Amino acid sequence: MKCEISTRGIYTVIALQGEVDLHYSPQAREPILTCLKKKQNVLVDLSAVTYIDSSGVASLVEGYQEAKSSGVKFGLVGVSKAALQVLQLARLDKVFSIYDSVENLLAN
Amino acid sequence: MEEHNQKTVIKVKELVTHYGSRKILDGVNLDVKKNEIMVIMGGSGSGKSTLLRHVLGLNSATSGSIEILGTEITTANQKKLYQLRRNMGVAFQGGALFGSMTVGENVELPLREHTNLDEKTMRIMVRMKLEVMNLAGVEALMPSELSGGMVKRAALARAVIMDPTLLFFDEPSAGLDPVVSAELDELIILLRNAMNMTIVVVTHELESAFKIADRITILDEGKIIITDTVENIRNSNLTQVQDMLNRRPRQKELDTEAYLDRLTGDRLQ
Repeated sequence: MKCEISTRGIYTVIALQGEVDLHYSPQAREPILTCLKKKQNVLVDLSAVTYIDSSGVASLVEGYQEAKSSGVKFGLVGVSKAALQVLQLARLDKVFSIYDSVENLLAN
Repeated sequence: MEEHNQKTVIKVKELVTHYGSRKILDGVNLDVKKNEIMVIMGGSGSGKSTLLRHVLGLNSATSGSIEILGTEITTANQKKLYQLRRNMGVAFQGGALFGSMTVGENVELPLREHTNLDEKTMRIMVRMKLEVMNLAGVEALMPSELSGGMVKRAALARAVIMDPTLLFFDEPSAGLDPVVSAELDELIILLRNAMNMTIVVVTHELESAFKIADRITILDEGKIIITDTVENIRNSNLTQVQDMLNRRPRQKELDTEAYLDRLTGDRLQ
């Protein structure tokens, strides 16, 4: 799994690539929580994620909770069908703010 | 199941096993494809649970081979089997929950054994799986405080906590009322669809098998008599299949000499 961090407008975009599984999800969790604790608005870009398991989704849930307590924005972009199915299974698609793309979000 | 010509993830070839002198499995051949729900059916003593135990690597066969996700398990060492089992979830018939641990601790156990995830991540994963199984709020309960259906769902939550590639479920409907049983059937289909699992279910419940299966294999006296789609099983002309579908007791021909021997012989059978 790879993780790239960039700044787009008011957001810190954390782009994950590859498989976010039991082995690699701690590597996704760490930058998400670090940015949120610095009071940055975070978008997690999942468009290049080929697989995400429950541990990856749990890291996103932690991010959501941290964002709420820090009073910053947190959302997901580029959620693939496979990733969406995992979110839907736990009804988390109703919890997260999900956007098509960073561009569309910034344009609106 | 949307895809066709999928990869074979379980391949059983000419499997033979004995309990003492009794032959329990007699040349079993079975392929399970990726992302399918395969239901293994058969009457009591047909060998279906024994077949499951072999596929899980819990029993040793007399002969034959079993390949799981490309690994031959009849000759694999313990380390290889341990690695393989990370990809396999099992929900046993009675649940097999540890009575001295809470439901949450039971579900969390595979994560503690196999991963170094953060405590909070594990807690969220456990709660997510309990939510999926409609068991929200039972995390702190002991298994003895759950109903039969809840125990099965808790066992299923533990079986899928690591998001396994393969899920095995032994007799999901046993001892449950029809409504609770139907809920479990729905869960099995949901898991396959949402998590792309390959699922093997052992059951003797026809209604459940027809609802969830992509293919069904029927065992009789240790032999597979048919492996086919639900539709083809329904339309099969095989006597044993029709007996099972129509719940007809099996009429075995009586070997009078062997019968007399059994009644009058000196040796305990």
